[in-house]
Formats: sequence, structure tokens, C-alpha cells
Amino acid sequence: MTAQAAAAIQCGSCSSGCNTAHLTKLGIKTGSWDYIVALAGNPNTGKSTIFNALTGLHQHVGNWAGKTVTRAEGAFTLGGKKFKLVDLPGTYSLLSTSVDEEIARDFVLFGKPDVTVVVVDATRLERNLNLVLQILEITDHAVIALNLIDEARRNNLTMNERILMRDLGVPVVPMTARRGEGVDELLSAIEQVASREFSARPHRIKYADSNLETAIEKLATQLRSEFDGLRNARWVALRLLEGDESIIDTVRKGTLGAVKSTNHFPPLVQVEAG
Amino acid sequence: MTLNMLEAGQIATVKGIHSKDAERRRMVDMGILPGTRIENVMSSPLGDPVAYRIRNAVVALRGEQAKLIEIEEQK
Repeated sequence: MTAQAAAAIQCGSCSSGCNTAHLTKLGIKTGSWDYIVALAGNPNTGKSTIFNALTGLHQHVGNWAGKTVTRAEGAFTLGGKKFKLVDLPGTYSLLSTSVDEEIARDFVLFGKPDVTVVVVDATRLERNLNLVLQILEITDHAVIALNLIDEARRNNLTMNERILMRDLGVPVVPMTARRGEGVDELLSAIEQVASREFSARPHRIKYADSNLETAIEKLATQLRSEFDGLRNARWVALRLLEGDESIIDTVRKGTLGAVKSTNHFPPLVQVEAG
Repeated sequence: MTLNMLEAGQIATVKGIHSKDAERRRMVDMGILPGTRIENVMSSPLGDPVAYRIRNAVVALRGEQAKLIEIEEQK
């Protein structure tokens, strides 16, 4: 990102670099918080590296599949507000049926994150955008962390984050997280989306079939009256129409919207405060 | 022809997927769609699974799964 673009995303009154100065890494001391931020993304895109950069924790970073098997939680403060950060297992989709994917999906859907950061691998953008579009179907409040930009450059790939931002309708932050590049800009974007200072117009898939749209609306209306405060009735309706067993099951049991509490999992993946 | 018949170093275009529900979803989520360019990168010592390059990512598929993917070889 150019300095101007970075400044435009930031508060404008301070030069870039101000955020790290105001950042206090709180490790695992999550306590109470003002905002919840979820970190989602394909496996091996650098979610845990970003998690550690923001919380000061040493959540295990490694180059193998299924490393973050449950969700890890940490916290930081920024601009006087406390943010709880939840690192989710890496997934290619919210629609398949592995345990990892279910944990990630349930949290994005029902954990009511104020911001969902989707970490994407710039060298495999096309494949990563599958998950991005699925998440944008669920929430307006997303930030795209376009990570591994250094590797993309080495492979002679040029990213135009402005066009990506325009097309996706949410902030896009180019990063090389392992070198700390882009962390300030990411923090600014998280802050602006959390405070709703940035109003997103996310790209939504529209279905041409009017019968389908009618069926979705009908089901969504029923779901909303049945499940109080359900944010993603439209998405749930689509899954029901698709015959998604796990969603059908939660609707039947009446547990839709209840995110499994953390004590179903070990409290934290082994992390040490730094 | 199906993907399991594609030899090392050869490139093909996906024509269709002969699976449904969760298995089809999985393949689509990995980026395998009609029109996708797919390359046999290498085989494991016993010839199964085989590694394919799909949208700049290398994905290993078992022969059983590869059989379900209809392709057209690129000359």
C-alpha cells in the first residue's frame, strides 16, 4: 500500500506508524473487552503470525496443516479500546464438514465478532477468495489482510489492492506479517471497521432465480421469528435449502446461534505471554 | 477422460465433476471447477496419491477422487 492509501485508512491526523505506538499487547489477559475480532483464513496464510504480532503471545507458528486445531484467544488495547482477538483454525470453506471448519464457521456466524479479519495468501489469491466471498455473505464487517506480499513480489505478481478493495467493498491491507509490515495499517482498518467509522459495501452473490430468492426470504423470515437476534438468517436459509445436515440439526434442536462455549475446548492452545 | 489418466507433466482443463454433496463441495472449495486448468505435478512412490497444481496451489488427490473429475487434455 502506498503511504497515501495507508494514511487515508488511518485517522489522518497522525503519520503512519502511530498505531504500534498506541498498541498495548495484553497476551492472554482477555478479561472484558469492547470489541471481538476473529481471525479467519485458509490454512498456512499467516493467521497465527498476525495473532502473535497483535497480542504479544507465542501461539505456535509452523508450516503444517491443522496446527491451530481449536481457537486461541488473546487481547490488545488500541485507542483506549480493548480488543479480544480469536485465532480460528485454517479453512478453505465454511461449507464443508470437518471439525476445524465447523469451529471457524460457528464462530464467524454466531460468535458475533465485531470484525472478521480474513487473512489471504497473496500468491494464491484466486483460491483464497472462495473463503473471502463466503465470509462476506455472512458479515459486512470484514477486513482482508493480503499477506505474504513479499512472496508474491518474488513471484513477479503485482497486487492492486485498490481494485480489490473496490470490488470486495471492504478494506484490503497488504502485509508481510512475519516482518511486521502492514501491521499498523491492519490495526487502523480493524479500528475503523470495529467503530463502524468505515461503512462497508461488501460484494454479495446475487441469485438470478427469483424462485430461489422467494424461498430464501420465506425461510429467513421464519428463522428470524424463531431465533431472536439471528444475524445471518439469509445464510442459514440457503444452507437449509442446500440440505446442510449440521445446520438442519441445529435448527431442529433449537440450538442455532449458540456458539459452543470455550470450555468445550481446552481454554487455550498452549501459549505463553511474551 | 478423467483426471486419474493424466500423466506427469501434462496439463488439462476440467470439464465436470461426477460427485455430489459434501464431496463435490470439497472439490469446488479446493478450486476445482469446470474450466479450471489442472496440471499433474508429481506422483507419490506408489503412484497414489498424485499431486496436481490447481490455481497456483499444489493439491494431492487420491486416484479414487481423481476418477470423478472429467477432463480434456490440452495439447
